Amino acid sequence: MSFFIASSPHHHLRRSTADLMRLVLIAMIPGVLAQWYFFGWGVILQLILAIGVALAAEAVCLLARNREPSSGLRDYTAVVTAALLAVSIPPLAPWWVIVIGTLFSIVIVKHLFGGVGHNIFNPAMAGYVLLLVSFPVQMTSWLPPATIAQELPGFWDSVRVLLFGFTGDGYSLEQIRRVDTGAMLDAVVMATPLDHIKTELAQGYTLSEAKSAIIFQGAAGTGWQWVNLAYLAGGLYLLKQRVITWHIPGALLGSLGLLALIGAVFAPDSLPNVDIHLLSGATMLAAFFIATDPVSAATSTRGKLVYAALIGLLIYVIRTWGGYPDAVAFAVLLANLCVPVIDQYTRPTVYGHHEERR
Amino acid sequence: MSSEYQTLTKNGLWENNPALVQLLGLCPLLAVTGTVTNALGLGIATMLVLIGSNVTVSLVRNFVPKEIRIPVFVIVIATFVTLVELLMNAFTYGLYMALGIFIPLIVTNCAIIGRAEAYASKNPWPQAAFDGFMMGLGFACVLVVLGAMRELLGQGTLFDGAEMLLGEWARDLRIQLVQFDYPLLLAILPPGAFLGMGFLIAGKNWLDGRRLQKAQQSPVVKAQRARVTTVN
Repeated sequence: MSFFIASSPHHHLRRSTADLMRLVLIAMIPGVLAQWYFFGWGVILQLILAIGVALAAEAVCLLARNREPSSGLRDYTAVVTAALLAVSIPPLAPWWVIVIGTLFSIVIVKHLFGGVGHNIFNPAMAGYVLLLVSFPVQMTSWLPPATIAQELPGFWDSVRVLLFGFTGDGYSLEQIRRVDTGAMLDAVVMATPLDHIKTELAQGYTLSEAKSAIIFQGAAGTGWQWVNLAYLAGGLYLLKQRVITWHIPGALLGSLGLLALIGAVFAPDSLPNVDIHLLSGATMLAAFFIATDPVSAATSTRGKLVYAALIGLLIYVIRTWGGYPDAVAFAVLLANLCVPVIDQYTRPTVYGHHEERR
Repeated sequence: MSSEYQTLTKNGLWENNPALVQLLGLCPLLAVTGTVTNALGLGIATMLVLIGSNVTVSLVRNFVPKEIRIPVFVIVIATFVTLVELLMNAFTYGLYMALGIFIPLIVTNCAIIGRAEAYASKNPWPQAAFDGFMMGLGFACVLVVLGAMRELLGQGTLFDGAEMLLGEWARDLRIQLVQFDYPLLLAILPPGAFLGMGFLIAGKNWLDGRRLQKAQQSPVVKAQRARVTTVN
């Protein structure tokens, strides 16, 4: 009789990559449902399209690299990438936008860098940045939330807009996006809350004037705050399941909130308050789902704190002084670049050794 | 053609290509290759400077003390860059404006000072001139290929604005290959240059690897395993 002696750690969490990714997908459900409620069927269609393209691209890449495609397809990483990209782009963006973005994410950002576990950048966010830089018009055409929209296109109309750019009655995306503000004679195209604030502030209005717009019926933008709260709920589920630790979301939200608080104290008229920063745009999605990507994030505990705080700082800086209304993708990519340095300087001390004193 | 010239040709165009292998002069390479015309213009300008500086450096190589050779090289290069800049200002004004700061910046192109240091300062002037020509040609080729890739993806055209470089007749050179409703702006922006450059280098390495593999497929000698432990 022989005893098998394994080295430590002896206590495992028997979870495969596929299990973790499945939990991430489950945790995304509340957020996706909220987006579906406020922005219509587009979100679901983009998800289906993105996942289909991602799986096909993953299979082709694995075959080209002489790997077994079935094992790679079963670990769900491509699906998570596709899902994150799909919920980030405007729900009724033309079909080729998500196809190009997903192909770029999977083929170039993931597989050219070595496949699962080797990509230095978050694939979904790199794909998003490619799209945002290349197709600014399509990528900023968000729909008004259902609560203020004149009419949200139904399922088949969404399919038609996605494929051909027009609904069955011949309305273009531009026309669907119009909102009756009541104050003006004509309906106007509604921007996202962050975009709206940015434009108004740039024109010299104060924050309270900007917030009097119809889109700010809630605290941080009608619709948007509920989407963010839904992603927060999903994120808390991930925390409870121990898929992620509190460090990254905590430090990200902490640093972003702290900066927003300082800004709001010193310039309450020209800098958005904490609630807008935390509950608008893609903040919660970033904190719990994007920044926590185990591959491209920092690894040590202290490293995670530094990494996430850096993302929070960058989000605040780019949102406030940058050219784009939201900043999650840029912030995450820039922080990804810093990860090797962060990991280098935040290595935990080995048990039994002493920290070198200077 | 003697073997020295053959080696120089092979090195300049492929084996030791300044852009693909030495990775020198990346700043202009990445910055101005938005269109074929810009790329060609800067490629030719760089080539002229390279030939001029290589010949001059080679001629003065025996009179310049080792200790101050770098400043001398830089002055020589700067002189030729100024010449080229004035010529472009006079004859290809549109291109001169389009390339802007990147013409004077040829001075800082490491490929040029690299060739002066590595080759021209050690060899007679005819070879140095030929080396300058081939290195310049290799650099220009990469610029043009990268420019073509980016222009095609970003605008769907080739040789857009060629009249700025070649005169009015070249207006007809413009080819509209594809008509994009929404061109891939990224290709024209700086990230497109980095991505395109990465693909070019990968392509070159892939070709080299395949050639090496083919060469190795001819009679393979079975490796003899050396026994390092004794048999008891």
